[in-house]
Formats: sequence, structure tokens, C-alpha cells
Amino acid sequence: MAQMNLLQAINNALDIAMAEDDSTLCFGEDVGHFGGVFRATSGLQEKYGKERCFNTPLVEQGIVGFANGLAAQGSRPIAEIQFADYIFPAFDQIVNESAKFRYRSGNEFNVGRMTIRTPYGGGIAGGLYHSQSPEAYFAHTPGLKIVVPRNPYQAKGLLLASIRDNNPVIFFEPKRLYRASVGEVPEDDYQLPIGKAEVINQGNDISLLGWGAQMEVIEKAAELAANAGLSCEVIDLRSILPWDVETVAQSVMKTGRLLISHEAPITGGFAGEIAATIQHECFLHLESPIARVCGVDTPYPLSLEKEHMADHLKIFEAIKRSVHY
Amino acid sequence: MNARTNKPEAYTNGAEVHTPSFIDGHSVDIPILKLLKEDGSLYPNAELPELDQAKAEKVYRAFVFHRVLDERMTAAQRQGRISFYMTALGEEATTVGGAAALAPQDMIMAQYREQGCLIYRGFALTDFMNQMFSNEKDLGKGRQMPIHYGSNKLNYMTISSPLGTQIPQAAGYAYGQKLQGKDAVTMCMFGEGAASEGDFHAGLNMAAVHRAPVIFFCRNNGYAISTPSDEQYLGNGIASRGVGYGIKTIRIDGNDVLAVMKAVQFARNYALEQQAPVLIEAMSYRLGAHSTSDDPSGYRSKEEEAKWQAHDPIARFKAWLIHQKWWDEAQDKALFESLREEILAAVKVAEKVAKPPVEDLVTDVYDQVPKHLEKQLSELKEHINKYPEAYPFTAGRF
Repeated sequence: MAQMNLLQAINNALDIAMAEDDSTLCFGEDVGHFGGVFRATSGLQEKYGKERCFNTPLVEQGIVGFANGLAAQGSRPIAEIQFADYIFPAFDQIVNESAKFRYRSGNEFNVGRMTIRTPYGGGIAGGLYHSQSPEAYFAHTPGLKIVVPRNPYQAKGLLLASIRDNNPVIFFEPKRLYRASVGEVPEDDYQLPIGKAEVINQGNDISLLGWGAQMEVIEKAAELAANAGLSCEVIDLRSILPWDVETVAQSVMKTGRLLISHEAPITGGFAGEIAATIQHECFLHLESPIARVCGVDTPYPLSLEKEHMADHLKIFEAIKRSVHY
Repeated sequence: MNARTNKPEAYTNGAEVHTPSFIDGHSVDIPILKLLKEDGSLYPNAELPELDQAKAEKVYRAFVFHRVLDERMTAAQRQGRISFYMTALGEEATTVGGAAALAPQDMIMAQYREQGCLIYRGFALTDFMNQMFSNEKDLGKGRQMPIHYGSNKLNYMTISSPLGTQIPQAAGYAYGQKLQGKDAVTMCMFGEGAASEGDFHAGLNMAAVHRAPVIFFCRNNGYAISTPSDEQYLGNGIASRGVGYGIKTIRIDGNDVLAVMKAVQFARNYALEQQAPVLIEAMSYRLGAHSTSDDPSGYRSKEEEAKWQAHDPIARFKAWLIHQKWWDEAQDKALFESLREEILAAVKVAEKVAKPPVEDLVTDVYDQVPKHLEKQLSELKEHINKYPEAYPFTAGRF
């Protein structure tokens, strides 16, 4: 085991993936010698050459289109979109191409070997265009897998699973935690399952559900709740698509309550989808309405980040409201 | 390409002027390659592509097959037997000629009007029909509109409706071929309309910078549905864009199949040897409608169409074949007649083949059917069992 921050864990996973398969490539804006704006790809060009780890022109639809072609050809591309806020020029290549390649061709062709990595989320004083959490847009598109790790250990295991998964995966990296989150990470190869949630904390009064950087906030709220005598079950969803209905439903049947929290705006956010499904699965077990604590329905502001965010205090208040409904 | 030559100071070596003047697209002089005259004779000094009698005949048979298929399937659409069709009237030389100049291992990534490539490569008549009738034998499992063909075996990437998306993909595909040292290139075909999409610019730039062995083949047929090319772009056609991206570029007469073959062979050699992209702009004309949903009489004159009828690439090539004594009118008539019968018979067979089974609704979304889709399928089956008469294609088949 080694101490790694989240970026080092990602870099380590990319290194393992590139070493095991000559057809694995890492590319994106500034990804080459510079190692990407956050340095996730540091050292890979020196190790694997300019042909396999390289800078691309500033063109997101080109990067993802190129990755689609490489994957269809049989290579294993890992494309970086510099910020999730800039994934939208590539939206068509992702939702109409990556997601539908296998289906539309009757499996004559597929782009299952591709992975798109992209830093997402707020809390870094990034303002409107460096803070978004766009997972819900992609969750509406069958054919994609969407994965969000919460710490270095998860990041390495889930990224290796994403790269080796035979479906296109969008891997959202919580950039607020890139250097802030440090933990024990095995240096050897390992994978964590895609599509499987993890129960981090057992509890009886309410189930708290989130993903990525929001887990840290949720855990903090659970601590406040514990001090107030409330026992929270904390679940990290880890995969947004497909998502682990079973684990969440089991937990809710036990606690009778569910609170979902994400950074993205509440309207049309993925919490709504979860709430509808869990209501269906657990209707007779629910002691209170399913609560959502999410971002405000505004663009992500620079100066009022704290107010915009679904922070631990907002979650704590919502826990109390739910338990005392 | 030496990276240093790309730095801004390299561009300060041009002629200095001390009064302002513009350069414009039309000042770029782009020659056009023509080998075969309208009457089927060759231009003096015309350099022929590699072509023997057998190959020439294969090209011509593909032409005739294409004409008859277009004629029969347009009729089938008018009779309500298929939902949609797109002919390639007037442009067959670009696709048939393009495929004829490639090696079988080269990937073709096309837009939609390129059945000619598949015809040349030997896609079976039944495969065409099964796709158009969306039946259970369709390689694409009945999921896309007619003419969205694809064949892994024939290295023809399945068509996607959104325009131009194959262009950056072709750059990536070719880059993968290059990294694996394959003796193959990718040919990416699109119309001049698609060249307005962002993907075109993304794709050409990616291919140029990363030196992908891809042949970008633009069929400039004059229309993007109803919008004529003078309302689509300024400058000097699509070829001038290739020059701008630092891509080797050639403009050809797209109705001259010998010029098409020559240019594609020339481009393929360059792409393979130099491991770098090429752009071909083939000047042609879409004699037919955009699709069976379109009526060109609303946006162009009969005179204009008649003018282009005279440039028919198939008639031109036939005249050359007859001139070569490789073909005659009697053979021609017999070929048309036998193909008409064959295609009509194939229509009758394909339309009777069952629709895909209901399971095909949920397969291929992912490599394996996930739990939530299994659940949705089983709920659907239960519902179909309850109302079998409302779902005649699938009821009773599971």
C-alpha cells in the first residue's frame, strides 16, 4: 500500500492500463508532455511515447470522435476532456455515436473499449464554467456507463474497471479532491465493480445517498446527525449508469427514509430519477418523502459557491426534517 | 512535417507588401483531374488508373446494379413497401470508383449515399434487402432507417444519421491502423453539405496534426437537401479547406470514374507511404432527389437537371468500355434485364421475412443485457401476451 492522492491514483491506473496493452492510448488537450492541466497523465508520454500519449488540438468533438474511431478500430482510447464543463461540444459524438454504435449496427461494430475521463464539480473557485456536474445529461442515454469515484482507492479501482469494460464509460473525476483526498492505495492492479454501490456506514434512521465529492459532504452531515443522536446509513452510488437499485432499495427498506444529495442543480438532476425508482420499489416502507438536497437551479456562481452548494448543514437540516416528518 | 515550420515566425518569410491587400479563396488555383471525355474517349496524355478488363467490367456491373437498385427501390418506396430510400443518381462514379481503387482491407466510413462502395465490395443483394425491409436477417437487426448499411466483413462502417460524425472517427480509425502498422487506410466519404459541420473541421484538423492515413473523400454534388452549394460555402469549394489544414488535396471530375480511381489510387499510395491524410474533392451533381421524402422541382429547374444528365458517369464509362471492345449494347441490355428481375424477386422474398424478435430491443445497448433492461423486457413480454393482436410481429414468438 502507498499513500496517494486522487490524481496519483488515476495516474497509477493509467500507467497500469498502458503497460498491459499496447493499443491503449491517452490523449486530450495538454495531456502529452505537460501531463494535462491537473497532471493526471504526468510521465506517461515519457514512458509510452508520443504516439500513445499526446496533445490534441483544442476540439472536444474531435477528441471524442477520434476516440470513437480508435475504439471501433480495436484500440483502447482513454480520452481526457479538460473540464466536464467543456464536454458539450462533444455531446453529439457521445450520445449519438459512442452510446449507439453497437446498437445501431447490430453489433457489427462497437466502441466499447473507449473511456472518457473528465474532471467535474465545484468548490475550486471555478465559477460557471469550471464547476459543473453534468452526469444527468448522459444518464438519459442508454449505451453509456457513468462512473464517479469518491477517493483515491475508488478512483484507481473504478478507472481500471472502466478502461477494461467493454462499453463506453464516462469517468467523472471530482477535481476538488484531486489533491485534497489522500489515502492508502494498493500499488498492484485491482478493480472495483461498475454498477455496484458501496455502503460506507451502517445506520438505522435514514439512508443518505450520493456520489463523488459529495460523499465527503454527506459523511460530514452524518457526523452532525450522529452527534444529534441520529444513525445514518451512508451509501456511495459509485455508478450513475447503470445504477444499483437493489442496494439502495434494501437500505431504504431497513431505514424507511432516503436522502439523496448531488452538486448539480436539483431540477432534472439524477436524484429525481432515484427518488422515482425508490418510491416505486419501497413505497410501503417509506416513513417520509424522499428528500433531495442538491445545487440551486442557477448556473454555478463564483462568489456564492457556499450558498449554491448542497453543504453538510443543508443536508443535516434535511435529515432532521425527514426523521421528524 | 517539421514541427518548427509550423511556428508563427515561419510565416513571416512571405513577400512583404506595404499597402494592405487581401488574399481570397478564389486566388488559390486548384486544378481538376479529368481523364475521360463525355464521348468516352480519353484526353491526350491521360494517365489511366490500374485497371484491366475484369476490373473495368466489375466497375460497370456495379454501376448497373446501382442504377437498377435505385430504380426498383424508389418504386418500392412509392408503393409503400419500404419507408424511405436514397438514390445516388449521377454520383455513382464517386462511390463505385472509390471502392474499386481501394484494397479490401481498407475501411470505408461513409455518410449515407455510398451504397456504390458496398455494391462494388460484393454486399449480397439479400443483405441490401434485409436492411431495407428491417427484418430479422438484417445485419443491423432492423434498428435503422433504410440505406443505413454496415458490414464488418466488408470493412464498411455502419452508417449514422447525424451528419459528418464519421469524419473525426475516420481520423481516429486511421490513426489506430497506423499505430498497429496495418497495410490499410481509411476512406471517409461525405457530401459538401457535411463539410459545414463542426465535425468536418475537427476531423480534418485531428487527422492533419496526428498524421492519420485517411482519405477524406468529398462528394460535392451541389446540394445539401435543397440548399445549393452557393448558399453553403464561399471560398474555393471544399478543396481549399484541405489546403488550409495542411492536407494534401486534389480536385477531380467526380463523374469520370477513371479520374476517381486514379485519384484514389494516388491518394491511397500517399496516405500509406507517408502515413498522412489526403483530401479529394469530387465535383459531381445529385441528379436525383435528396431522398424519397424530397421533391427537387421545388428548388431547381428541369434545365439544370437536363444539363447534368449529359454528364452521366455511367453512360460515359460505358462508351469507353465499348470503345475498348470490352462491352456491347446486347450485353448491356441483358444485364439490365436480368438485374431488374433479380432485384424484384429479392424484394418479394425480403418483405416476407419476419421482423426481429422482441429480445433484439434490449440487446447490444451494452455488451451484456443489464438487469434493468431484463426487467423492462420481461414486463413488455407480459404486456404483449395480454394484447397479442396489438403486437402481431412479436406476439407468440417468445
